[in-house]
Amino acid sequence: MSERPQESQTDVSGIRIHSLRDGSGTALVYLHHSFGSAGWTPLLQDLSADHQVLAPDLPGYGKSTRPEWARHPRDLSILIAQWLCAEGIERPHLIGAGFGGWVAAELATMQPTSLASLTLVGSAGMLPREGRILDQFLIAHRDYVSAAFHASGAYERLFGTELEEAQLERWDRDREMTTRVSWKPYMLNRRLGPLLAGVRAPTLVVHGEHDGIVPRCCSDDYAAKIPGARLEIAGGCGHAIDLEAPQVLAKLVREHVAGH
Amino acid sequence: MLVVYFTEQPMSSYPEAAGLEAGYTSLLFSNKHFDPVEGSRLYNDRLEEYKHAEASGFDAIMTNEHHNSPFCMQPQITVWSSILAAVTDRVKILQLGNPLPVYDNPLQFAETIAMIDMISKGRLIAGIVRGAGQEMLCMNSNPAYNRERFDEAHNLLVKCMTEEGPFHWEGEHYQFRVVNPWARVLQKPHPRIFVPGVLSPSTIVWAAQHRYPYVALNTPLHLTGRLWDIYDVAARRVGYTAGPENRGYLLRVHCQDDEAKAIRNAREFMWMQGEFTGIGHPNWMSPAGYSSADQQLAAARAANRIGPRREAQPFEAQRESLELIAGTPGQVIDELRILLERTRPGILVLWGNDGKISHEDSMRCIELLGREVVPAVKEIGKELGLHDPFEIDAPVSLAETPASQIDPQPHYELPSATAAAPT
Repeated sequence: MSERPQESQTDVSGIRIHSLRDGSGTALVYLHHSFGSAGWTPLLQDLSADHQVLAPDLPGYGKSTRPEWARHPRDLSILIAQWLCAEGIERPHLIGAGFGGWVAAELATMQPTSLASLTLVGSAGMLPREGRILDQFLIAHRDYVSAAFHASGAYERLFGTELEEAQLERWDRDREMTTRVSWKPYMLNRRLGPLLAGVRAPTLVVHGEHDGIVPRCCSDDYAAKIPGARLEIAGGCGHAIDLEAPQVLAKLVREHVAGH
Repeated sequence: MLVVYFTEQPMSSYPEAAGLEAGYTSLLFSNKHFDPVEGSRLYNDRLEEYKHAEASGFDAIMTNEHHNSPFCMQPQITVWSSILAAVTDRVKILQLGNPLPVYDNPLQFAETIAMIDMISKGRLIAGIVRGAGQEMLCMNSNPAYNRERFDEAHNLLVKCMTEEGPFHWEGEHYQFRVVNPWARVLQKPHPRIFVPGVLSPSTIVWAAQHRYPYVALNTPLHLTGRLWDIYDVAARRVGYTAGPENRGYLLRVHCQDDEAKAIRNAREFMWMQGEFTGIGHPNWMSPAGYSSADQQLAAARAANRIGPRREAQPFEAQRESLELIAGTPGQVIDELRILLERTRPGILVLWGNDGKISHEDSMRCIELLGREVVPAVKEIGKELGLHDPFEIDAPVSLAETPASQIDPQPHYELPSATAAAPT
């Protein structure tokens, strides 16, 4: 979005993972929402000032090739774990937003000691005890993405008032990948909750006060089930805190990773 | 020529104002608007109409399946197919079709198709479909794997009908440790399989590659010719020459003794703003992964309000282009002749009644079509050489075509019209 990060392609299990990266220091990996990467956002730019920040397109999203065989976000977590290994990144700080948070949480259950820390931002993946996760398949792409923002004009600042065809194409491809791995059950895994007790990464759970996509109870449950996890509510924010209030999230992340 | 009677079985008594207020009449349009008392009346009216279609001279009656919308009251194709097997004696029962990928158990199709084939004493045509896009949402069937599931379920269905069990099936989408359905089809090697569509080139090619007749669903006349070009090329590539027996055409035809009344009734085809599958969100019609890339993007554009909203052609324009025919028997026959000369189908499906056309008028329409239009159309068919697959005993599929009848050196030339293939 602002500065120019480095673009890379790395092959794992026959899948080419595209990523953006910049900065130096301890590695901080960001996993994007189901509506795909928004590029080198102010959040990533901010964090890259004192970290090596890497932002892969999840397999099948953006410029990464599609694993035709993948049927579940857990498959994507495995590929991301392999990608971290291929990149030689040991014990990164992992941040996941929305759907990316689900992928990050799955990864944290598989390799309990492999992460320096975990930050889940409005993460999907848990069965809401109340309400439901907003179903993107029932609404238009623009309506879904704009529902991720709370502050007036926040969506427009990022994506403009007129939806560009190229953006719609990217969203549609990303939506198809979400369909392939999370059609049913939608955005949740009943087999994730019991495994969260085994997560060893110090975990910060962040939830937007006005999240219109993932119900608050999902983040409550993440915080309750992951040993030692801490819950922060981002006041005045919607679902996509990473895009809507990057400074707020950057501060929370910086404080969290600094201690680990 | 095989002449078939069809109606979507509309739930015409739904409150139109509620649909207009909601902005849609499908998927999320509440079933609180369904009136079971009216439903019972309408189902029983349809039963009388189907029996009348047989008595009046139709060769076949078509059933179908759709969900969550007043435009079609057939949420289970098996139910009406079974009823027709029991209450009719002569007509063929055309299922168009069994929505294979929508359900997780294709063996159920093998079983019900076999039962209906036996109960009807071999009168079943077991059409198959992918299911409309919206049905992926109604039935929670993953649209991204729709074609894969269609293909695999088809392969399993055909194997059930043509090979003895037990066997084991380990597919990408379906797994069965034992496949051994006790009921088996009466018609050998198996009931004919038809495939309908609305111009999706991949479905046309798929049907041609299997040598299954493709039934074009009220496609615009100017595009239907290109459709057959695609079919014909795909057929030649696998070693056979397609003919009228491979071509089906479904269109709306309403007939009355009086032209003015016929036209007045035919306006009912424009109910639900002329969108015969109900007004729905483009997103629902083409969920992600369901359609080809081009169609997918077009649906995404529409869903996000980029470009003009697709709207049905006005009634008069549809009559002008012969996508909708209405009139007295003589007028209907004259227009059908033009259509038959241009599209040359061996299978003609007449969608006779829709919307709020009364039971009484539906019965009269069926009688006029059956007694006057069907014989005339069949004569035109003879004159034009429009044979159906039964008349010439065509192989039921490419797999069942004798090797001696398959061209070992298929032709690959493309007719020029195919360059502008419909999407």
